[in-house]
Amino acid sequence: MTNMNEAVAPAQSAPIATPPALKLKADSLRRLGPVVALGLAIALVPLIAGSAYHMHMAVMIGIHAVIAISLNLLVGYAGQISLGHAGFMAIGAYGTAILSARYGWPPLLGLGVSSIAAGLLAFAVGRPILRLKGYYLAMATLGLGMIIYLVISNEVWLTGGPDGMSLSVLTVFGIELDSAGKWYWIVGAILLLTYWMARNLVDAPIGRALRALEGPDALAASAGIDISWNKVRIFAVSAALTALMGGVGALYSGFITPKSADFMQSIELILMVILGGMGSVFGAVVGAGIVTMLPQVLTSLEHYESLVYGVILILVMVFMPKGLVPTTAHLIRKFRR
Amino acid sequence: MTELLQYVITGVTVGSIYGLIALGFVLVYNSSHVINFAQGDLQMVGGMIAVAVLTAGLPLPVAVVVGTLGGAVAGFLLYKAAIEPAGDAGPLPLVVITLGAALVLRGVVELIWGRGYYSLPAFSGDEAIQFLGVTIVPQSLWVLGLTAAVVVVLTYFFNSTKTGKAILATSIDPDAATLMGINTRRMKLLCFGLGGFLGAVAGVAIAPIAFTYSMVGLMLGLKGFVAAVLGGLGNFKGAVIGGLILGVTETMMSGYGASDYKDAIAFLLILVILIFMPRGLLGASGVERV
Repeated sequence: MTNMNEAVAPAQSAPIATPPALKLKADSLRRLGPVVALGLAIALVPLIAGSAYHMHMAVMIGIHAVIAISLNLLVGYAGQISLGHAGFMAIGAYGTAILSARYGWPPLLGLGVSSIAAGLLAFAVGRPILRLKGYYLAMATLGLGMIIYLVISNEVWLTGGPDGMSLSVLTVFGIELDSAGKWYWIVGAILLLTYWMARNLVDAPIGRALRALEGPDALAASAGIDISWNKVRIFAVSAALTALMGGVGALYSGFITPKSADFMQSIELILMVILGGMGSVFGAVVGAGIVTMLPQVLTSLEHYESLVYGVILILVMVFMPKGLVPTTAHLIRKFRR
Repeated sequence: MTELLQYVITGVTVGSIYGLIALGFVLVYNSSHVINFAQGDLQMVGGMIAVAVLTAGLPLPVAVVVGTLGGAVAGFLLYKAAIEPAGDAGPLPLVVITLGAALVLRGVVELIWGRGYYSLPAFSGDEAIQFLGVTIVPQSLWVLGLTAAVVVVLTYFFNSTKTGKAILATSIDPDAATLMGINTRRMKLLCFGLGGFLGAVAGVAIAPIAFTYSMVGLMLGLKGFVAAVLGGLGNFKGAVIGGLILGVTETMMSGYGASDYKDAIAFLLILVILIFMPRGLLGASGVERV
């Protein structure tokens, strides 16, 4: 529903000459509406959640949704895919854990520093590679992600290796954050903030510049857009935000293993974006929800898990290549006419 | 010196396998611009089918042939059941479809054979050959021979047969190829099948040296992909050379100490190549700077 506004409004407002003041108001309403709706949804979940397990799932979905939104900025608006975002998650998670548990830093400082480090790393790798046209970022991030995974698995003295490492419970302003119920509100707030920023970004000059990057590069360049600089910027921001959520996830669960940094995790993050709908902010949230819940639903199928997962992916891509949210929005629009 | 030679021989054996998988990537990429993430799993399927046929009591040569053909059939099925129905979905959805196919292949194999480790007996005995102080397992020679044969046959196929030339035409310009009366869909189907066949050849040839199991395709597939990128994704010769370089570098590194990071070599190489020589080692065309 929300995505429908995103896509429909410009087409409808274009032919009718709306007074500028009115248009501005309509614009900000259009932008604020979905944010308010998501805020309400976040506020309502604890009321219908039946158990601590439901709250745990809600927190995980929230964490993944923020990452999916940040990744979707890269995929949807810069036309580039990353196959190593789990690596950035791991930098946030292990950075926070190592700096706080081994070196005695305040956890939140560790979280901030590791997020910035992930952003800088993405910048350093993205700068030369994003000058190339094509899916080279996908290959580079695949390499980077695997190297991060192998370092985490091998450097046992620092990371605990395959056994993982644990983090102590985070205390903020004297409140012990020791339950999914408490973390829910923190993750919910971050999600709402990210959602609002992403939706604004879509219409801000940088958002328009980024969307232009999807199309022919020559066209974007002739409109005065520094293509590679914009791609590098969005990649670095996306990596930093992903690392931040990796760190938040680590502080929440209190225990991390290299498994969270492996290739399949990166694939799951990309799936959230593509299933939900490339370029759709709301789609990223829906995709995060589905991909996070699917394995839980499928565990009851046990031996068929990977088979069913694969079949679902193929079916969605065959019948809805644009992703769930944009395709549904399109169907609703068609139905209304 | 003997040690070095030993590493080179082991490296070339492993590298040939990477090269075969890389060839599968290149075939599919050239014809459909899809990076087929199920390539490693097609390799696994080939190995598993061969093991199953052998366990059913049939002789080894039959198992080998059925295994490789099984890979080709899996490749055909992948195209017919998932890639073709998606039509012009664009590269990203197609890549997701191949990821889905990888999971399906893994799922089916686990359903039939479980998660156990299997292996084939060596094609011609286990008695090692001593040569200049170096030990060579006969199976290594089989791997090298099969790779060489595949390269020779493929070269002939693409240079001298009508179908081979039609595939090349499809990869260069599908629209122009269609105008010339080439059935491009059929060529793409053929490339997926051929990719599956090459993967399965690799899977069957390595099964006597390394174990085959449902998850083996993940890492092997990624390494094959790295080999293809090293050779400048799109280049047949480059794919094999990329595989050999990767295999030898890996074996050297683990031989001379850094065995923990053996798997990291491939991914470190890919970063270095992309940053410093984005056209791949052999300089594929088509890399544009923006």
